Amino acid sequence: MTAVTMTRAGAERSSASLKHRLAERGIDSSLLLLLPALLFSLVLFVYPFAYGLGLSFQPSGAIQQEFGGGFFANYVAFFKDPFIFDSVWLTLRLALPTALINVVGAVPVALVLRRKFRGKRLLSSILVLPITLGTVLTAQGLLIFAGRQGWLNRALMGIGLIDQPIQFVNNYLGVMLSLIISGFPFAFLLVSSYLSGIDPSLDAAGRTLGAGWWNRFRRITLPLLAPGLATTFILTFVLAFSVFPSARLVGNPNGSTRVLALMAYRSFGEQNDYTMASTIAVMMGACELVFIALVLAWRSSFYKGSTGGKG
Amino acid sequence: MSTSTFEALELRGVGRTFGGHEALKGLDLTVRRGEFIALLGPSGCGKSTALNCIAGLLPLTHGEIVAGDRRVDTLPPEKRGFGMVFQSYALFPHLTVERNVAFGLQMQGVPRHEQKQRVKDAIAMVKLEEHATKLPGQLSGGQQQRVAIARAIVLEPSLVLMDEPLSNLDAKLRLDMRAEIRRLHQSLGLTTIYVTHDQEEALSMADRLVVLRDGRTQQIGTPAELYDHPANWHVADFMGYRNLLDGTVTQIAGDTATVNLGSFELHGHVAGPLAASARVRVAIRPDDVVVTASAADAIDGNAIKATPSVVEYHGREFSVTALTDDGLRLNVKAATAPVQGEPATFTVRAERALVFPEELA
Repeated sequence: MTAVTMTRAGAERSSASLKHRLAERGIDSSLLLLLPALLFSLVLFVYPFAYGLGLSFQPSGAIQQEFGGGFFANYVAFFKDPFIFDSVWLTLRLALPTALINVVGAVPVALVLRRKFRGKRLLSSILVLPITLGTVLTAQGLLIFAGRQGWLNRALMGIGLIDQPIQFVNNYLGVMLSLIISGFPFAFLLVSSYLSGIDPSLDAAGRTLGAGWWNRFRRITLPLLAPGLATTFILTFVLAFSVFPSARLVGNPNGSTRVLALMAYRSFGEQNDYTMASTIAVMMGACELVFIALVLAWRSSFYKGSTGGKG
Repeated sequence: MSTSTFEALELRGVGRTFGGHEALKGLDLTVRRGEFIALLGPSGCGKSTALNCIAGLLPLTHGEIVAGDRRVDTLPPEKRGFGMVFQSYALFPHLTVERNVAFGLQMQGVPRHEQKQRVKDAIAMVKLEEHATKLPGQLSGGQQQRVAIARAIVLEPSLVLMDEPLSNLDAKLRLDMRAEIRRLHQSLGLTTIYVTHDQEEALSMADRLVVLRDGRTQQIGTPAELYDHPANWHVADFMGYRNLLDGTVTQIAGDTATVNLGSFELHGHVAGPLAASARVRVAIRPDDVVVTASAADAIDGNAIKATPSVVEYHGREFSVTALTDDGLRLNVKAATAPVQGEPATFTVRAERALVFPEELA
C-alpha cells in the first residue's frame, strides 16, 4: 500500500528536498573526498599530458623543412625517419618476448606455490624480493654479476660449460634479463592472486572425473586463468615497453636496445627538441594502447564470470 | 579407465591424521553393491575426511580400501572411477551444462556419438533438458546441484560419493532433491556414500548409517536400529533424543535401572554397561514424553513435575519446553497445548527412557 502511493507520488513529482534527490543519485558531500585525487591528476597528469600533446604539434623549423606536413611535421618525421621509427621495432622486440616470458614463466611457479609445503613462504619472498630493488641497482648488479669477468661467466667456465665468456650485458640480452628480474615478481604476484580466485574443488572435481594434471590444467585452470593472464601480460608489457634506465645501463643504447624512451630522451637532452621528444612520448603511449586494445579484444573472447573461489 | 563394479567396497581401519590430529581413526566399513550409506555426524567429526579418503583426494595415513579384489587406496582419484558430488557443486563455470556433463566422458575417450547420447540421457535424468546449453552461473542452486549429479552419474561409476550435496539449498528444495537422489540411486542401481550432518536426511535416504564423532565410528546400522537402539548417548543425541538428563544409578533390576535425577527418580531401560551408583545420562525423545493428569496416572512410576515455559505451535502438535523445579529442561511433543506457566506432570515409559553410561567408549 505504502509502496504504491510512494511510486505514484514519485511519478508525479517528488516531494523530497533537492538535497535528498541529489543524494539518491549519489551526489552528496562525500564526493569532496575525491577532490585531492582530482587535483593531483589534473596538475600531474592532465595538464602535462595536454601540454606535451600541444608541444608535439609545434615542430621545429628544421623538422618542418626536412619532412614537411605543417603542424604534423613531427609525426611525419616519426614515421619517415628510419632512425626514429626503427626504434618502435627495437622496443617491441624487447617488450613482447619479455612480457610473454614473465607471464608464461609465472604460471608454473604460481601453480607450484599454490600447494602447501615447507619453505613456501621463504621461496615466495625470494621471488618477490626483486620488486624492492630499483632498476639502477638491478642494472649495476647485472653488470658485476654477469659481466665478462663476472661470477656467472667465471662459474660457467669453471665447470667447463663454456670456453669463452658469454656476453650477457651491454646488449639485448642484458636488458631482457633486467626486465625479467624486475617484471617477473609482478607477474608472479598477479598470477598467484588470479589463481587463488579459482575454487580448488574444481581441480578435485576434474580428478574424480578422470582428468590427469595436463587435462585439468588445459581444460579447467587455464581457461579460468586466461583473463588474468591477459591482464598480467598487459601490465608487464607496459612496464617493459617504457624501459629506460636498463636499456641505457646494461643495454646497447646505440644499437639493439635503442628503445623509444631513449629516443625521446635523446631528442630532449641532446637535440634540445622538446617538441620531437613530446611526439615520441605520445607515440609511445599510442603503441602501448594499440597492443593493450589487441589483448583486450582477444581477452573479451574468454569466459570472465565467477571462478568459484574467494576472488 | 576403470568403471568396473565390485560386490563390496571394504574400508579396513581407515585413518587420516593431520599433523598429529586424528581426523579419522579406524573406520571399518563394508559397502555392498547397491547400498546407500550415509556418514552422519556433526561438523568436524571426520565424515568429509572419510569421503575424501575414499575419493582419493586425501591420502590415507592408516588402513586400506579394497574394491572387490582391487586395492584402491593406492590409486590416484582419477584412476579410481568413483563419481563425486561436491558441497559447492564444483561445476566448471566456463563450460555449458552439456560440456560439464561430457567432461568425464571426454577424459575416458568415449566416442563422440556415444558421448552425445549419454550426455543427453544424463541431462534428461535430472530433468534439465531446456538448460543444456546454459552456463552454470545462469542456473539456480538446485539446478546446479542436479548438473553436478548428472556429471557424476553419466560415467556410471561403481561408487558415487556425495559430500553434503543439499546443504546449500533451501528447505523445500532439499526435500525434493532428497527424493530425487534416492530415485536416481534406485533406478540406476548406484552404490552411494552420502555425507550429511542432517539426521533426518540420513534416516530417510540411507540403507545404513555410520555415525561418527571425533573421527571415531560410534555406530553402524540401519535407520531403525539407530533410531530405536542408539549405541550411546551421543548417537541418541544425534538421533533426536533431545532430552539428555544427567543422574546417578540407584538400582538395577534386570533391564531396568532406577536413576536419581536430583529432585525425582526415573525408571529407564539399561542401554549400556552400567554399575550401581554410576554416573549416567538418560536419553528421552520429546515424542515419548506424555502429559498426565496426576502423578498417580504416571506410566511405570515415572512422574516428572515441570512447568511449561515455552509452547510452540508446530501444526499437528505442540513443542513444549518445560522446566523442573531444579532447572532441568524437558522437551516434549504434545498433542494438546499445556498451559504455559502452570505446573504439570509428565511421564515416559521406562523402556523409552534409555540409560547410558556418561563416559563415551
